[in-house]
Amino acid sequence: MTDIMASSYVRQDLVAERPAPVKTTGFVGFVRTRLLNSPTNILLTILGLLLIWYIVVPSFKFLLVDAVWSGKDRTACLAENVGHPVGACWPFIQAKSTQLIYGFYPEAERWRVTLTFALGAVLLLPLLIPRLPAKSVNAGLFFFAFPAVAFFLLHGGGITGFGVSWVAGLLQLFADSISGAGAVVVGLSKTSAAGPLLWAIGSVIALIGTLLHWVIFPLTWLRDQMQAAGQGPWLDFLITAVVVSVILFVLGGGARAGLRPLITSLATFAGIAAVIKLMGLDHGGLPIVDTRLWGGLLVTLVIAITGIVASLPIGVALALGRRSTIPLIRIFSITYIEFWRGVPLITVLFFATYMLPLFLPGNFTVDGLVRALIGVSLFTGAYQAENLRGGLAAVPRGQGEAASALGLSWWKTTSLIVLPQALRHVIPAIVNSFISLFKDTSLVSIVALFDLLGSLRASFADPVWTTPSTAFTGFAFVGIIYFIFCFGISRYSLFVEHRLNAHRRN
Amino acid sequence: MSDPIVKISGLNKWYGEFHVLRDIDLDVTKGERIVICGPSGSGKSTLIRCINALEEFQEGEIVVDGIELGPNLKHVDAVRREVGMVFQSFNLFPHLTVLDNCTLAPIWVRNIPKKDAEATAMKFLERVKIPHQANKFPGQMSGGQQQRVAIARALTMNPKVMLFDEPTSALDPEMVKEVLDTMVDLAEEGMTMLVVTHEMGFAKEVANRVVFMDAGQIIEANTPNEFFAAPQHARTKLFLSQILR
Repeated sequence: MTDIMASSYVRQDLVAERPAPVKTTGFVGFVRTRLLNSPTNILLTILGLLLIWYIVVPSFKFLLVDAVWSGKDRTACLAENVGHPVGACWPFIQAKSTQLIYGFYPEAERWRVTLTFALGAVLLLPLLIPRLPAKSVNAGLFFFAFPAVAFFLLHGGGITGFGVSWVAGLLQLFADSISGAGAVVVGLSKTSAAGPLLWAIGSVIALIGTLLHWVIFPLTWLRDQMQAAGQGPWLDFLITAVVVSVILFVLGGGARAGLRPLITSLATFAGIAAVIKLMGLDHGGLPIVDTRLWGGLLVTLVIAITGIVASLPIGVALALGRRSTIPLIRIFSITYIEFWRGVPLITVLFFATYMLPLFLPGNFTVDGLVRALIGVSLFTGAYQAENLRGGLAAVPRGQGEAASALGLSWWKTTSLIVLPQALRHVIPAIVNSFISLFKDTSLVSIVALFDLLGSLRASFADPVWTTPSTAFTGFAFVGIIYFIFCFGISRYSLFVEHRLNAHRRN
Repeated sequence: MSDPIVKISGLNKWYGEFHVLRDIDLDVTKGERIVICGPSGSGKSTLIRCINALEEFQEGEIVVDGIELGPNLKHVDAVRREVGMVFQSFNLFPHLTVLDNCTLAPIWVRNIPKKDAEATAMKFLERVKIPHQANKFPGQMSGGQQQRVAIARALTMNPKVMLFDEPTSALDPEMVKEVLDTMVDLAEEGMTMLVVTHEMGFAKEVANRVVFMDAGQIIEANTPNEFFAAPQHARTKLFLSQILR
């Protein structure tokens, strides 16, 4: 038995005074314990200092210390005039700022772009702050009303018809294309070996087309009458409002469910009418600004936001389609995803811009910017689908079973139980795609669209501002702009992730 | 005896070539409590999962409260609304609070206003003795509490039949009792229950009938007294000698 374990203990010798241990707190302590506590850490500290010395210090010097802050042309940014090596030439940015934001958008109309930016910000900010109320109204305004208003603000132009005319136009296009296809097949039958068979098939298709024309005749007739009356879109608008409201009222359960759906619908149409009146859409609207004149930050934001907003639903649909038990849907989804993932975005943009017009019928043109928008959305949609597939795979099968066992339909199970969990799992991956999309918008400059980067490069051609540091200044500035947006998205996504994953914290 | 609330006749199911359920016939009268036991892989879980069509089957017919469920699973939604289910792994929705877990189905399936659904949900949460945890997330609760929430969640739909698929198998021994107590309460209120479990104490105390399954067939069905005291089939005897020590 040792002394310690004995029940009685008496100290034999007293403890002598000792010096205090090496300091572990404060700045000195931090340096000792975190920076210089081992040979590896000493090496890493030295490397870190070198990095700061060679990158951070010169950048700081270039952007702020040696920078020129005012001037009227290139002479202000030349070393011989300034007297020391010149860093950033900020007056260049100042002079080109309107071009960087608006591109070649006519000067007199630029307020429309500014107003659109302001509207977007006013609608987006409250949407991003969870504490603010009326999220569904806000979301409806941002995702549905804002794009329409933004279109008429930025592009201009008015409307001659409304719902009835649009539906009639769409159906007519559909019927026309069926008739056209039938005519093509009949045409083929003259040269083909299987002539009679092709002729029969073609005739049947053409007949279906003609039948469709007859079925939609009342609608097209109504449209033509309204156009002929020349009263603008208001009669059409009224008919659409009444028809849609009645349909919503009946689908919503009729009088039994109360007047709520009816009131919502009528309020929405009243809002639409107010916008039409306010913007004068019923008689021509604002002057049209061709998208070829758009540029700078405007184009970057239009492509990025459209891409972000459109790609997620596409991705969700494809990811669900890829898991579908219906072979046709599954094969379509897989083919689509693999096709778009296997092709570089540049190829997609080139194809959409230069080759698509060759395949479309002669009188059918799609605006260049719209083609790029569609290309970017479809491309990113395929990536989002794969991101989401990972999230869907991470939701245990029991979740869907439990929801089914409670009687929820497939749609409700998917939208209330499976998707919310899957999306939470893949927020980082989705936001990663958003950020990469935001930066990939700069690729549209190769298909003759002048986004932020494209406008910058166009501005380099101005001889008034040719100095040795112009290009560096421009790229640094645009880099900072991209960084601010991407860093903002990234930080916000962290916030969302933290908030939505509250259930994982104990 | 009144009409059976669940009537299973000639049920056959194959997983590929493997014959999991073979000629199952089982009638459950209203208010009856049936415990289904048997070795693992004997098809007991598959059987009760067929009743609310979580598993499809190839032959036979299941009638729940007058609603026919054939191999084409035509009335699956109607049946599921009448049948509540409790799973071995709880399967609570982790992204919703306990209260939202319990109101989701009433709101979205039965179109009950949110306020009424919440009131009903609280009533059932009180019955399983966890009303004060209503705003917690499932991940913040013990296994036993989660399983009691799962029972409450199933009850909010006012099911006529409750299915329990090994409700206590994933629980610590200490928590088994609280869940079994909840189930005993439920049985005393007259709920029709089909319980797949290895808790023989529960079977003895609560069941009207014990059904023993092996290799996809019902081998023996009897009152608990008879079943435990005088098992007839050799396989039953072997099984009971293994689990009752």
